[in-house]
Amino acid sequence: MKIGTPKEVFGGENRVAMTPDSAKQLQKLGYECAIESRAGAGAGFSDAAYEAAGVEVIKTAAALWKEVDIVAKVRQPDATELKRLTKDKTLISFFNPAGNEEGMEAAKAKGANVIAMEMVPRISRAQKMDALSSMANIAGYRAVIEAGNNFGRFFTGQVTAAGKVPPAKVLVVGAGVAGLAAIGTSTSLGAITLAFDVRPEVAEQVESMGAEFVYLDFEEEGTDGAATGGYASVQSDEFREAQLAKFRELAPEVDIVITTALIPNREAPELWTKDMVEAMKPGSVIVDLAAEKGGNCKLTVMDEKIVTENGVTIIGYTDFPSRMAAQSSSLYATNIRHMMADLTPEKDGQIVHDMEDDVIRGATVTFEGDITFPPPPPKVQAIAAKPKEVVPELTPEEKRAQEIAAFKQQTKQQVALLGGGGALLLLVGLVAPASFMQHFIVFVLACFVGFQVIWGVAHSLHTPLMAVTNAISSIIILGALMQIGSGSFLVILLAALSVFMAGINIFGGFLVTRRMLAMFQKS
Amino acid sequence: MEYGFTTAAYVVAAVLFILSLGGLSNQESAKRAVWYGIVGMALAVFATLIGPGAGLWWLSIPLIAGGGVIGYQLASKVEMTQMPELVAGMHALVGLAAVFVGYNAHFEIGNAADAVAAGADAVKELGTFGQLIAKKSAVEINILFVELSLGVWIGAVTFTGSVIAYGKLSGKVTSNAEKLPGGHLLNAAAAGLSLLCLIWYLNSGGFFPLFVLTIAALFIGYHLIMGIGGADMPVVVSMLNSYSGWAAAAIGFSLGNDLLIVVGALVGSSGAILSYIMCKAMNRSFVSVILGGFGGASGPAMEVEGEQIAIEADGVAAALEDADSVVIIPGYGMAVAQAQQNVAELTRRLRAKGKNVRFAIHPVAGRLPGHMNVLLAEAKVPYDIVLEMDEINDDFPETDVAIVIGSNDIVNPAAQEDPNSPIAGMPVLECWKAKQVFVSKRGQGTGYSGIENPLFFKENTRMFYGDAKASLDKLLTMIE
Repeated sequence: MKIGTPKEVFGGENRVAMTPDSAKQLQKLGYECAIESRAGAGAGFSDAAYEAAGVEVIKTAAALWKEVDIVAKVRQPDATELKRLTKDKTLISFFNPAGNEEGMEAAKAKGANVIAMEMVPRISRAQKMDALSSMANIAGYRAVIEAGNNFGRFFTGQVTAAGKVPPAKVLVVGAGVAGLAAIGTSTSLGAITLAFDVRPEVAEQVESMGAEFVYLDFEEEGTDGAATGGYASVQSDEFREAQLAKFRELAPEVDIVITTALIPNREAPELWTKDMVEAMKPGSVIVDLAAEKGGNCKLTVMDEKIVTENGVTIIGYTDFPSRMAAQSSSLYATNIRHMMADLTPEKDGQIVHDMEDDVIRGATVTFEGDITFPPPPPKVQAIAAKPKEVVPELTPEEKRAQEIAAFKQQTKQQVALLGGGGALLLLVGLVAPASFMQHFIVFVLACFVGFQVIWGVAHSLHTPLMAVTNAISSIIILGALMQIGSGSFLVILLAALSVFMAGINIFGGFLVTRRMLAMFQKS
Repeated sequence: MEYGFTTAAYVVAAVLFILSLGGLSNQESAKRAVWYGIVGMALAVFATLIGPGAGLWWLSIPLIAGGGVIGYQLASKVEMTQMPELVAGMHALVGLAAVFVGYNAHFEIGNAADAVAAGADAVKELGTFGQLIAKKSAVEINILFVELSLGVWIGAVTFTGSVIAYGKLSGKVTSNAEKLPGGHLLNAAAAGLSLLCLIWYLNSGGFFPLFVLTIAALFIGYHLIMGIGGADMPVVVSMLNSYSGWAAAAIGFSLGNDLLIVVGALVGSSGAILSYIMCKAMNRSFVSVILGGFGGASGPAMEVEGEQIAIEADGVAAALEDADSVVIIPGYGMAVAQAQQNVAELTRRLRAKGKNVRFAIHPVAGRLPGHMNVLLAEAKVPYDIVLEMDEINDDFPETDVAIVIGSNDIVNPAAQEDPNSPIAGMPVLECWKAKQVFVSKRGQGTGYSGIENPLFFKENTRMFYGDAKASLDKLLTMIE
């Protein structure tokens, strides 16, 4: 089958859904690849680079749509593009199915199969095709860079001959993928980074990225984010108040605010109010990554950069990934490539649209003339962190009681063993003659010494232990030596053989032990 | 020479032997301890040679010397990976020697009885051992018979058992668990036959019952070890080690030689403890190991979610570059692939970069207790970075990269997570708690126990397929 990528028609979109690298991988899956001329220009991939990777370059979008069986693109298709779908075509792109009823209807009418990349379920197996995460990662990074671009100071603190520079203070609201990427970028630039999220369980992730988590003085039965597919849910009013109060407290201190709070299928919550903006120092920067959904700050203007009266810059761009088209194209193309790999289990260039597969089922929005959105919940849930079982701290008395019980148990065991062993010995003594008992005592004592000594042997020396015990077990040579001098020919023969074999063993065993031990070197 | 001197020499030798075993508690004192053992052995042999009852020096000394040359050749040529075979082979020699010495004792008893019947003069012509027997009462003679047949029996089991173990370890005999039709019934029958022969022997005193008993014991040794699979070999070898000691002790009883008894008991208990440690490390009872096979699962095994993700050498190299602490978990696969030198080289290069590299050794890794330690020592890995399971298990959460080389069951999280797994409860190395795990493995097979290993499907696990040595070679070219 043939897979093709048209040039994005949405204004200002620089990304492309296929790169020369991903094309090579797709060809390994058995597909032929095609691309519309100049589709990769915005992301820095020339037609020549595609041709070099074995991709057919097609002049016009119309021809490409006609020619290929699978269309991979980035942005949600527009009306013209939807018209180009036919019954046997598969479209893979962002589709926004929740807000794109007409689009789904159009695709259904055409009978095409549509896979929406934003619908890939958030389970471990599907992480490699989670385009939302890869785009969010880029957005988070770029948000910090944009903020730096509009912030007239250093991020990192410095003491120079020309004076001391304090480090910038960055607040990241929402520690999702974008938030964490922003935290990582900002800390690596040297800023003091604070981060807030309504899910307290992400505090650990935040701290692992080097930021400080902002805790609220608020007790709430926190909903586990993992139960809602890894996204935050709506919070109670009291919680919201506590959160805003905390932000108000922070507003005069911070230089850069990056808000990333989004709740699926809802308008973005207002977290940075007008009075907070007014409280900020002139020259501060707010980057609102939720601008597309109305913004976490209500002053944000979508797709624009504004400066407020008190000199605070508010950036409301929504095209951060597109601003880093080379990077985002390569990540997105890889996500697409992984999706294709899952769709092509045989690697023979034939799509197997398996609606039993959780990932494929979840991402498919129209299939063979039916709308299959919304999908049923996936069989495999995102792994929710189990609430930690609290092991009750033992009081000293309890510990003491335990120790005493253990000691008593041990004593009992020892006494029982000694008693049993002793009785057995006595029984043997009752029947056995004295000459036997003399040797028997030696035997029992030797066993006892053996047990005491061997427990102390280091585990790493078990092989030398075996070799050396093997060598000394040829002490049996004594028996043979005593017999060799007396008796008949047969006795001498057998004794001689024994002496010979034991001789091999003694020398072999000790030598090999020495060889081994000599190898153990301390560093 | 006087009897008293020999006894004194025996006491000194016994003390030296105990010190030589006790000295193995750490690597440095062990080097001294071997000398104790050697001196003890030399003293014991010397005292016996000049002591009462010995003769035919012209025969004994060349034989010891000849054996010594062969032993020297064997010991200096053997590869460290072949250590399990060597140890097993040597056990066979001790077992066979015990059988022969037991037979001799039997013949001497016969001679002594004839001499007693012939009169006092004939008794004087006997050797010391013969004279000793001649003085014994009927009860004592019976006890002697029991001791002797016990020595012969254990010796025979040790002999065939060790020969089979040798074959399995060197790959000359299939390492699968194989039993003749009839299984353990055959063993039980052979054991019953041995018991009957013992009673018959006590009553008749003839050689034939002893001979049949030996045959039965040889069969048991063969069949029992044939029925045990390759990965249980650590237990088998230490068990045979134990048996060779018990055989020596039993022979010591029949000869009335205290040094034999002491040393036999030392070796016997040493082997028994090793077997116990091995069984404990597999969370299985000794009986279940010896009878072979794993216990049946008590319910359906947990479903394994996810997929095995492969990685190439460059990915591993990149991760190692970034890591600060690395733990390497070697297993039998490393020994098979002879990859220990490459592992050591990797360790040296990583350590030269200031990374904290350590080894985690599971007690049953390999085919011999402590097998991995010896291999790593041979490759000049310093022993203070080679740690036991208990020492390192708590450190995995702070470990950046764990590399599993040729081990499977000992790193299987199912032992902790799945109560229905056949290996549930077995202590394992918790390497999956490390930030990243690389598993060097030949292919997508299951381990010896045939249990799926969920470790390979974990999110932080990457499979580094290929022969361990070849993979590491490739990896080494990427790490300067």
